[in-house]
Amino acid sequence: MTTLALTHAKFQLLETVRIPMALIGSAFFPAASMLFFVVPFVGDDPVYSTFATASMVTFAVMTTNLFQYGAGIAEDRAQPWDPFTRTLPAGPGPRFLGRILAGLALMTISLIPVVLIAWLFTAATITWGGALAALGALAVSALPFTLLGLAIGYSLPAKAAIVTAQLLFFPLAFGGGLMTAPGAAPGFVENIAPYLPTGGAARLMWAAVGDFRFDLTATVSLVAWTIVFAGLAAWAYRRDEGRRFS
Amino acid sequence: MTLARAINVSRRYGDVLALDRLSLDVPAGQLVGLLGPNGAGKSTLVNLFTGLRRPSEGTVELCGRDPRHAAARASLGVTPQETGLPSSLRVVEVVDYTRAHFPRPLGRDEVLARFGLTDLARRQTGGLSGGQKRRLAVALAFVGRPRIVFLDEPTTGLDVEARRSLWDAVREFHADGGTVVLTSHYLEEVEALAQRVVVIGGGRVLADDTVDAVRGLVAIRRVSVSTASPVPDLPGVVGREREGERTHLLTPDADRLVRDLVAKEVPFADLEVRPTSLEEAFLTLTGSAR
Repeated sequence: MTTLALTHAKFQLLETVRIPMALIGSAFFPAASMLFFVVPFVGDDPVYSTFATASMVTFAVMTTNLFQYGAGIAEDRAQPWDPFTRTLPAGPGPRFLGRILAGLALMTISLIPVVLIAWLFTAATITWGGALAALGALAVSALPFTLLGLAIGYSLPAKAAIVTAQLLFFPLAFGGGLMTAPGAAPGFVENIAPYLPTGGAARLMWAAVGDFRFDLTATVSLVAWTIVFAGLAAWAYRRDEGRRFS
Repeated sequence: MTLARAINVSRRYGDVLALDRLSLDVPAGQLVGLLGPNGAGKSTLVNLFTGLRRPSEGTVELCGRDPRHAAARASLGVTPQETGLPSSLRVVEVVDYTRAHFPRPLGRDEVLARFGLTDLARRQTGGLSGGQKRRLAVALAFVGRPRIVFLDEPTTGLDVEARRSLWDAVREFHADGGTVVLTSHYLEEVEALAQRVVVIGGGRVLADDTVDAVRGLVAIRRVSVSTASPVPDLPGVVGREREGERTHLLTPDADRLVRDLVAKEVPFADLEVRPTSLEEAFLTLTGSAR
């Protein structure tokens, strides 16, 4: 099963790498946000620029996963190649895993510019321990957005999937407090953020990189969201029969 | 041993009934042609057998199990549509990807050689010609050493030589005990390969017989004449259609019909006798010919 998952991952990555614009696209947005919003406004403050970088990383994790899975899978399902792969003797496991491995690789590539910009152009600092903790937080945070993307990609046609991802990402980013410094968001955002997957992910990331108290409620809600999205993704995959006509 | 079985299977898409309580058994070692016009339900039936869709009612089995279970598909080979090959990937990558799914696949070089793809191995599939894509698509069905293969229009659009070599590959597989279900619009292709022909129309099995018997069933001629007054009822006419002055009569015995027209002194002009298309023949079989 793991070998097959690696095969799926390799296949996905090859397809992406041979059309390099796709790579540039997913790396551009978070990097541009760093350059336009973080560097000029809080670039000189080590505490704020570290938190802002962590928020941007969370933001990039959410958008790359929502779009690459949500839109990517919905588009793949419309290709005539997809039904063929579903006649091959493998259940959903290796395909899910392969997509997730490829997704993690692409996400990492899209994060490199964010981290480079933070390192070169801002006063953001991080200890080695903090960096390691941030990597852990990254893995935990990527999972629910990956699963949400899968659920969208397997349940909706391509055009609807793109719109849904677009409709979701802004409220999730704002509501989770990614656009503001820790504790500085409008009151209602501070109230709901811990219960949103973005808020949970950002709080975990802040706790990893800086002086932010670990928020148990937010982490538990992140885990709960992960379970909910896993259920949705599995359900969407099972009921999928490729393109649907009525 | 029955490799593929449908028992009283119906499949609806919204209000459309694509399969209507259809039953079919494909025993091991047979080479079955599934014949029928577009929209007859052929593709839906194949999609049920290959685990892509589930029936609205009834039971579908592949190698004795529900084809939606991965294990049931370990002995299954399917051709992808050649338009759907991932265009940025190389031939050898697509072959390896497919091989990775099977417990004991054919060797990569063997697959490439058997289907004449060796020289194309490093090419991206998007750059292949239609015929080359078709060869790759058919090759993928045989990669996993299947016991049963579903081939969908395997040689449509191929030149004569490529068609013959693909037919040879299918015959070789069958001679080694393989089971083949072949769907086609073309009687010629089914005649060249199949022993048994199943004609599907309106979601049902209309005929299930040897190639010769079905060829007789669908060997309907279309006799067209222009007459001032309607043509009287004549024996052997299975369908008729009137367009202005022109009357089209469908019959299995065109010679007799022409003799009858003359004997009854029907004042006709512009006599024309044509073989019918398979589709017209099927419509006649379903009794829905106008």
